[in-house]
Amino acid sequence: VATLVFLEHHENELLKPSLGVLSKAAQLDQDVTGVVLGSGVKELASQAGEFGAAKVLVVDKPELEAPLPQPRVDALAGIVSDRGFETVLFAASVLSADVAAGLSARLQAGLNWDLTDLVEQDGGLVGKRPALGDSVYVDVGWSTEPRLALIRAGTFDPDPKTRSVEASVEELDAQFEDFSTAATMVEQAHAESEGPSIEDADVIVAGGRGLGAPENFKLVEELAQALGGAVAATRAVVDAGWYPYATQVGQTGKTVSPKLYIACGISGAIQHKVGMQSSGVIVAINKDPNAPIFEYSDLGVVGDLNEIVPKLTELVRQRRS
Amino acid sequence: VKIAVCVKHVPEQARKIDPETKRLDRSGEGAINPFDVHAVEEALKIKEARGGEVLIVTMGPAGAQDSVRKALAMGADEALLITDDAAAGSDLVATTNALAAALEKEGADLILFGQQAGDSDGAVLWAAVADRLRLPVISQVAELEVSYGKVRGKRQTEFGYDLIEAPVPAILAVSDAINEPRYPSLKGIMGARSKPQRTVTLSELGVESDGVGESGSKTTVVALSDPPPRGDTVKIEDDGSGAERIVEFIVERKLI
Repeated sequence: VATLVFLEHHENELLKPSLGVLSKAAQLDQDVTGVVLGSGVKELASQAGEFGAAKVLVVDKPELEAPLPQPRVDALAGIVSDRGFETVLFAASVLSADVAAGLSARLQAGLNWDLTDLVEQDGGLVGKRPALGDSVYVDVGWSTEPRLALIRAGTFDPDPKTRSVEASVEELDAQFEDFSTAATMVEQAHAESEGPSIEDADVIVAGGRGLGAPENFKLVEELAQALGGAVAATRAVVDAGWYPYATQVGQTGKTVSPKLYIACGISGAIQHKVGMQSSGVIVAINKDPNAPIFEYSDLGVVGDLNEIVPKLTELVRQRRS
Repeated sequence: VKIAVCVKHVPEQARKIDPETKRLDRSGEGAINPFDVHAVEEALKIKEARGGEVLIVTMGPAGAQDSVRKALAMGADEALLITDDAAAGSDLVATTNALAAALEKEGADLILFGQQAGDSDGAVLWAAVADRLRLPVISQVAELEVSYGKVRGKRQTEFGYDLIEAPVPAILAVSDAINEPRYPSLKGIMGARSKPQRTVTLSELGVESDGVGESGSKTTVVALSDPPPRGDTVKIEDDGSGAERIVEFIVERKLI
């Protein structure tokens, strides 16, 4: 089927969601190719073999040093056209969504996004997409090739036993459009390392905009402390500067799966949901009875968190003392 | 500065997919995509700081006028509605073809988008339009700084915040954390009616009919199905015992 998987990397490591998509692709197609675009990334390419890549293409150019989408569109458009790839798969991220969309316009190729599965059906490829707040599942297809797909992050786990043979690595050149290199990185983010990671916590208490003010995060912190858990936040409050980025759960933040997730003042939009939906037990406290989070909480309490959360903290403390 | 803001008219409630056409049912009441309101607000702030004009661009059924009017009431100067029966059912490629043609004619310095479409959850259109218009793009912008001939956007990614600079003209997709949108004033609402609102068809834009709508789309909907069962969800009103109920619930499951 000639499948190409875009392998995203950060700080000299291939990213897990990309490797997960690679492992999945290898189940569907024995002969999967991975592609690594960057500067000084040749070493990374060979890592992809065990996760399922039979071959890895590398474009190593200074124009690809910063994680910006447009030069990547140029490089991929050349590769997909020259080599005749029928399917190009991306693990969804801020960068890869922009790359996939740009490639869609460049090649006039269909792009389906937010897919949670890929199956072969009647000789073609079908993607599964939860839509309308996951209330309906849509089977999506492509009417032409190449087919482009963004897979919801965290859908597939990387499997390091997918292949026992090392991938063959081939280096390629690329040409860049002027407009593609017009945007430049002034200052690039680096993964923060302070504090324990929320990804390992058994209990997470998370706060959203419904807290009303940054100082109300202390309610969340006190409950987390009483439960021996970690504090998390939504994108809205992180962007507003109420809480540090390292604690953000959701599409552009961390993906967590604690045994217990307590959501305080979080509406539960899809951006947040994808980061925490695999938690063992989800409890939500929100004053809006129509908040989407109630649709996927094991227990939802409609009420004022300013009253419920301190009381809850007190009850938990009594029980644990 | 001439700023174009692309907005989408999305169904307000009772959202469902028509089992016949397998398209989103757009027959009910609609409203401006809430994410796009932040893009309108940001455009108005740039205009207030630096002068210029704000043009609202939308593609959709005639009902999309409602969304346009809201943006005009907030303070935008004029609007362009691409409306054509042939555009119904457009996917990303087809929508990009039509929208890019309209934006190219308007020749804005900055083209703003909201962070995602509230109905399709798509967060892709700006990068596709940027490629078609051969303009630089910065997405997920949580802070924006416009200076002479260039823009600087603080982009949130999975790793934190990047600072990216691009020359003007440029395309920007702004996050909903970038600002608190204003409410239209009574004067704004009254004044919106007299602001210029143009309507164009696809042929007026020079877009071939095989490049839009279902015929211009490269993706298909094969089937619809119910989601897998979620398991039991319990929702209670807090009558003063909410905290006790939560404790009981988590104790029963041995989580404390």
